[in-house]
Amino acid sequence: MYQVLKLLRSAPTSAKIGMVAILINVVCAVFAPVLAPYSETQVVGDGWESVMWSTDAVKHDPPVILGTDHIGRDLFSRLTYGARNTIALALVTTALAFSVGAASGFLAAIMKGWVDMLLSRIVDILMAFPTLIFALVVLSVMGTSTTVLIFVIATLDSVRVYRISRAVAMDIEVMDYVEAAKLRGEGLWWIIKDEILPNALLPLVSEFGLRFCFVFLFISALSFLGLGLQPPTADWGSMVRENAAAISFGILTPLIPAAAIGFLTVGVNLVVDWFLRKASGIKDVK
Amino acid sequence: MESLKIMIAKRLFFGGLTLFAISVLIFLGVEALPGDLTQAILGQSATPETVAAFRHQLGLDLPAHIRYLEWIDHLIHGELGTSLANGRPIGELLEPRLYNTLFLAVATAIVSIPFAIGLGIFAALYRDSRFDRLLSITTLSAISFPEFFVAYILIALLSVHLGLLPSISEIRPDMSFWKRVHATILPVLTLFPIVVGHMMRMTRAAIINLLASPYIEMARMKGIKRTRIIVRHALPNALSPIINVVILNLAYLVVGVVLVEVVFVYPGLGQLLVDSVSKRDLPVVQASCLIFAATYVLLNLLADVLAILANPKLRQPK
Repeated sequence: MYQVLKLLRSAPTSAKIGMVAILINVVCAVFAPVLAPYSETQVVGDGWESVMWSTDAVKHDPPVILGTDHIGRDLFSRLTYGARNTIALALVTTALAFSVGAASGFLAAIMKGWVDMLLSRIVDILMAFPTLIFALVVLSVMGTSTTVLIFVIATLDSVRVYRISRAVAMDIEVMDYVEAAKLRGEGLWWIIKDEILPNALLPLVSEFGLRFCFVFLFISALSFLGLGLQPPTADWGSMVRENAAAISFGILTPLIPAAAIGFLTVGVNLVVDWFLRKASGIKDVK
Repeated sequence: MESLKIMIAKRLFFGGLTLFAISVLIFLGVEALPGDLTQAILGQSATPETVAAFRHQLGLDLPAHIRYLEWIDHLIHGELGTSLANGRPIGELLEPRLYNTLFLAVATAIVSIPFAIGLGIFAALYRDSRFDRLLSITTLSAISFPEFFVAYILIALLSVHLGLLPSISEIRPDMSFWKRVHATILPVLTLFPIVVGHMMRMTRAAIINLLASPYIEMARMKGIKRTRIIVRHALPNALSPIINVVILNLAYLVVGVVLVEVVFVYPGLGQLLVDSVSKRDLPVVQASCLIFAATYVLLNLLADVLAILANPKLRQPK
């Protein structure tokens, strides 16, 4: 515990800002029902009321902090619930992509031969497909449901995780201790779990951060296009879409959820950047 | 020299194979549609006879591999079928939009490539300076923002607040070149930070990698001037990674403009694709996806081949 704190304190300012951003988002996501004064779908006033501190704000009790959206729902409440929905969805998707991608990547690195060949060729083809286009084809055929969404994005992502975990595992696999474990007669699962995984953890953790950002932006993009989470579920991408018309009247409501997306992804990226710098620094010393 | 030709031929072969796989995937994807296309168009109340007649008319009663070959055959001859939504031939629908999308991509490339590469070289030369750190954080932020965030900030600022540019890119075929450019400025400005961010970071990494190699150190120890080291020693070898960076970003541009096109109602291929997906206009989805995927694959292929040509080390097969 103490070591973790020490490590965190040694982080550069940019990484600290990133950590604060992540923390705020996590708090919002976890305590959404406590923080939000209204429910996700409750209509509290007219469309696009101004923020609390502007001169033409309408009084509400409890206060409508960031104004209302296009049909008069409390924007702040929807933002907190949106944090919960979008972050949860992105986390589940990334976790799924990682378990599938890392497991098959390790497997390919250890088994080699036709397993590696087959998996790598499938991955090559999927990699050659532009991601957004792939998602659009599948969503147009299968329809937009949360299950399909998770499945499609996890597939696209696991391919990239496969590449990196295979490369990392290849490097570890030639080490003497893995050879020793093999000679000792350890099983495949044991080698993956106790020899490869602990040594591959650092690069994979940074990759998890990057992948999470990618998934998060991807879900937001699809929601923005009207193909992600479906209304009335609060979700940052679709909130931007719903309120987009306001911008031509000079109302800045759609910028708020868009900024929230940027805030989280920049935060995660800043922390990952520090992590990567640290990881490469260790390599230099060696 | 012989092995060079073989390597390039190999890449081309794999590129062709990938294209084939993609076309099969797109075809099968539509094949896997729950229910039948005919049911979706004719509705629940259609009699079995009309359904059968319609299936025959669309050629849906033939086995899958024959339909696939027919589809490819038509594609090669430029017959893309007709749109289900409005019955117009798809080729007619796609052509002006493809042109618009390419216009946007090329315009963005012209503006951002020199800027990004210049910045990348500069950041690599003065790496770990305050300037480099600042640039690194700025570009990192730029690439982690969603495109629509940048787009709406620009709209709020430049078109609503200052009234300089139109918030919607209305483009007609009979517009003059400069009017077209005027309507394209905002989408280009939106793509600019994202593309520059990616490209600059990749260029910086490539150059730093290079500057760490022993022969550069040797040149430095001989006392050669810094600019001469960069121009004569580093740049020729940096060429292949830079070409790669540029082409990969071009590939991103052609495909990644979808969101930006939707925001600005820019009449490009991406907007058509998104529209067709929500309308489930599958022939249009198939055709535009194939164009996007083919462009992407071909550009990546081009990057591979150029990298082989520019880098003697890659010519030796491992």
